[in-house]
Amino acid sequence: MTTTASFSARLRHAEPVMGTVVSFDVPLSARYDGSLEAAIGWLHWVDRVFSPYRPDSDVSLLAAGEVTADACAPEVAEVLAACARLRLLSEGYFTAFPGGRFDPSGYVKGWATERAASLLSGAGSASHLVNAGGDVQCAGTRAGAEPWRVGIADPFRHGGLALVVAARDGAVATSGIAERGAHILDPHTGRPASGLASLTVVGPSLTLADAYATAAFAMGPTRARDWTESLENHEAFAITSDGGTWQTSGFARHICPA
Amino acid sequence: MRRVILTVTATVAGLVALLSFKTHSSDPERTVASPTTQPTLQPGERAVTGNVANTIYGPVQVRVLVKSHKIVKVNILEQPQSTNMDVQIGQYAFPRLISETLTSQSARIDAVSGATYTSGGYINSLQSALDNGA
Repeated sequence: MTTTASFSARLRHAEPVMGTVVSFDVPLSARYDGSLEAAIGWLHWVDRVFSPYRPDSDVSLLAAGEVTADACAPEVAEVLAACARLRLLSEGYFTAFPGGRFDPSGYVKGWATERAASLLSGAGSASHLVNAGGDVQCAGTRAGAEPWRVGIADPFRHGGLALVVAARDGAVATSGIAERGAHILDPHTGRPASGLASLTVVGPSLTLADAYATAAFAMGPTRARDWTESLENHEAFAITSDGGTWQTSGFARHICPA
Repeated sequence: MRRVILTVTATVAGLVALLSFKTHSSDPERTVASPTTQPTLQPGERAVTGNVANTIYGPVQVRVLVKSHKIVKVNILEQPQSTNMDVQIGQYAFPRLISETLTSQSARIDAVSGATYTSGGYINSLQSALDNGA
């Protein structure tokens, strides 16, 4: 979509894919060593295989019972197994069957984005950030050895920020209603989850942070608070529907001073 | 320049969102001439005039004074004034948004985490402003 070179030989690129826009902040070298192109190509491949909106995707064919997992790309079985583990870990609040139909999108975006970031690391980049529509994986630090600064959107004020998180080699994932309405279902009731306006999880890996944010959002504020507190290596920050906030005991060390 | 454009974007987004609450007749064909009056600049200050944002309530245009990469003043050059509601909004909301703009500039950021936007929602997002070198 847009590509902008900036100071200290860096490059920003925004790629429409997976129903959103994935933004890259990478060293300029990622354009010439082919790793940016490989990462973008990987995301489009994931979209073709995993999109529930494409009738010919492996996921759509599998959901329709037209093929078995054996006939799909091997990554489909990998995702299925991971979703099953997360379902157990989250007391059933994370599911690859929201609304009863096979749709692993809640896992795939974070997983695909973390792997896209790994492709950049594999090519030698020690400093990059990939933001898949609001879920962020970053590697190393930004130019100047400062941590990456990731703003947490204020769900009640478009364009505003609730706070800013500092991240090195880490992920920031947020689930919420601000952009697509109440679309996250509580799998135990089948109804849209209520009580939270947004929930952010910070951790080392976007795959887990994104899945944890989705599960915790579905839990609602009370259960989510206890559950996220119990997660190792992850911290959470929540904004409730009435505008209140809470955070897990270790979240404060991630907050950037204003 | 990043945070300056970012906060201008946020301000305009806030104004447009605010003005979208009430129905109102408008004249989309109307264009606003650039103001002929120039601000008096202190040493080191620069005036940046934003594009006219045509909301369904009428055109909105702001001008900011920038000094050392910070917004030091915001002027509303054009705002809807044809009804009492417009005037009330102007009296209440514009000073508040200007104040937020002036106080929120420490938020230098590299990315925004939030509920997943659609491709369409991206266009008006802060992340889009960052990607465009703001």
